[in-house]
Amino acid sequence: MSDSNREAVLGSLRRALGRDAPVDEDTAAKLRARMTGHARNIVPARTALDDAGLVELFETMAQKVHATVAHVASMDDVPGAVGEYLRGENLPSEIVMAPDATLDAAPWSDNSLLEIRRGAPVESDQVSVTSAPAAVAETGTLAMYSGPDHPATLNFIPETHVVVLPAGRVVKSYEDVWDSIRAQASDPESGRGGQLPRTVNFVTGPSRSGDIEQTLLLGAHGPRRLHIVIVDGE
Amino acid sequence: MSGSTTRNFKSNAARELANDTLRAALTKSKGHFTEGRSTAAENLPEFEALRDQSRDIKNHTIEHLDFYLEAYEEKVRESGGHVHWARTAEDARQIVLEICRSVDAKAVNKGKSMISEECEINEMLEANGIRAVETDLGEYIIQLRGEKPSHIIAPAVHLTKGQVEESFRANHTHLDPDRVLEEPPTLLDEARTILRKKYFEAEVGMTGANLLIAETGSSVIVTNEGNGDLSQLIPKVHIVLASVEKIVPTLEDAATILRVLARSATGQEFSSYTTLSTGPKREGDTDGPEQYHVILLDNGRTDMIGTEFQEMLRCIRCGACMNHCPVYQSVGGHAYGWVYPGPMGSVLSPGLLGVDEAGHLPNASTFCGRCEEVCPVRIPLPKMMRNWREQEFEKHLSPGAARAGLGLWAFMAKRPKLYQLATGVQMRLLARLGRAQGRVSSLPLARGWTKYRELPAPEGRTFQSRWKSGERPL
Repeated sequence: MSDSNREAVLGSLRRALGRDAPVDEDTAAKLRARMTGHARNIVPARTALDDAGLVELFETMAQKVHATVAHVASMDDVPGAVGEYLRGENLPSEIVMAPDATLDAAPWSDNSLLEIRRGAPVESDQVSVTSAPAAVAETGTLAMYSGPDHPATLNFIPETHVVVLPAGRVVKSYEDVWDSIRAQASDPESGRGGQLPRTVNFVTGPSRSGDIEQTLLLGAHGPRRLHIVIVDGE
Repeated sequence: MSGSTTRNFKSNAARELANDTLRAALTKSKGHFTEGRSTAAENLPEFEALRDQSRDIKNHTIEHLDFYLEAYEEKVRESGGHVHWARTAEDARQIVLEICRSVDAKAVNKGKSMISEECEINEMLEANGIRAVETDLGEYIIQLRGEKPSHIIAPAVHLTKGQVEESFRANHTHLDPDRVLEEPPTLLDEARTILRKKYFEAEVGMTGANLLIAETGSSVIVTNEGNGDLSQLIPKVHIVLASVEKIVPTLEDAATILRVLARSATGQEFSSYTTLSTGPKREGDTDGPEQYHVILLDNGRTDMIGTEFQEMLRCIRCGACMNHCPVYQSVGGHAYGWVYPGPMGSVLSPGLLGVDEAGHLPNASTFCGRCEEVCPVRIPLPKMMRNWREQEFEKHLSPGAARAGLGLWAFMAKRPKLYQLATGVQMRLLARLGRAQGRVSSLPLARGWTKYRELPAPEGRTFQSRWKSGERPL
């Protein structure tokens, strides 16, 4: 069924576009060049800032959409900051954590109050901790890529999501993220084998819904809380 | 199309105008969306230029849609996914059913999708013994009530919290009947708890797509709740049902359209979740679907290309046109009788259902032009509604009285002497009728008009006779 439908849809399109055949080779070459040229369209000027300015813009924009932000000086301080946040919010100290190298660099075992499991979450998990490979200053958006070191369900199942973000990973725009996922895909060391990650999640604040009388409510299905720990020295 | 009642637009609208609960619900939502959009637009100096670019990207893609669809298909296959082509809604239903049967699915979790509404996927699944679970809060509420969405991004915008409470009490009968359930947060918590269980039960997750990217073979969904993500990440099969015009060439093009989408829709700078899905889970991944299927739906869209309605295919389904439409804001979405309400529906529905079925809708307009002013991809909606009206008239589908009236007017208008005589007589007659109050509150042959408003009585002579006697504006 599918093949005849395919021909029918493409045929109908070509007739409507006034040709009976695929685009000619010259046009095809131009279109392929457009697809692989990665030319940027307009990128808002609000991100024309230095590195410190970008981190500040990211933080302001993330807070506007109800994310909370804390700063630490180095990866050494991350476990303490995570523990402090969970205690402050009266949240459980059991954590499901991404098995990722960025997080490995923090001394988790020094913080004996946290109970940590590494891997994908199960239904009962209340708190997840991941890092983010990039964050977009333009709108306070975290970018996260699925892979063995970052199960995508960590971003959605637990009620509280804590994200560790080295400050140097704050970029200007979504376009910077595109460049980085394309570079990662084609880097033999990444293990991506030329492919994009299965899931790229842009996360801007915690989950929300306005479906009942347009009242803003946080925590519709995904996390109720999104807490970002910015590591200033990284 | 079985579910359409667009033929009954006039009686639907009359019913909804008399619905006070609907009026209360619509009044609450209105300012929220329109103010949000204008603030978001003001906060981004490049917004107007981004609208131009979004329009140009969509135009370029539609002009070469066959090329980009084939390029997209190749990339989906390269990343381990499957592409299915559906000429009609029936084809789409068959493909969905086959995929569900191949994994012996008992339940399908659904992210919000208007294409799924258009293809009546839920009805098909239920008829085949497969449970369809709408997971978007608004969609979940209307599924419980057996209703259709009344807005393309806010499906339950026609309901008050009291109505939601009623539905939850009627359906969640396993819970304590004396529980407190009045305010939106308690309603949300109850829905969250109930739906949370269901995420882990389904074999198949279905979403729509806001965009399909030819360069990478990715599908993109834009949501606030996270339900679309849970629906596609937990079950072993992810089906994307999307119409052919959702394609954009590159990731950069997607970024441009994403910058105008949320701002136009809800007034957010960016929605909570924008997700790119490319193929099934990769080797070593510990979550994600094992199978990734994309169904590319035509269902009448390619027939609009090359016609005066081609520009409608730029639509990115933000809902701004209905949020700013005085007609939609008065009658609500259900009056339109099919999946797509408001100005975009008044142009798209006749294209997909035919002018015989949906020809009434383009008349549901005051031609105030707000829809075109706010459309992120600058679709000339009023012009296209006029085009449909002309087609309706030419096909002799407009009502007899309207045709006779217009015919009479045309006859008079071509005969200036007769026209002046008739308008002069009419004016004196109207002036006499309204002499006492300066207005006419009931007029023979025009009761439909005077039923809801009064006609100001003319005060003197016609414009033409005053002009002739030398009167000129100061």
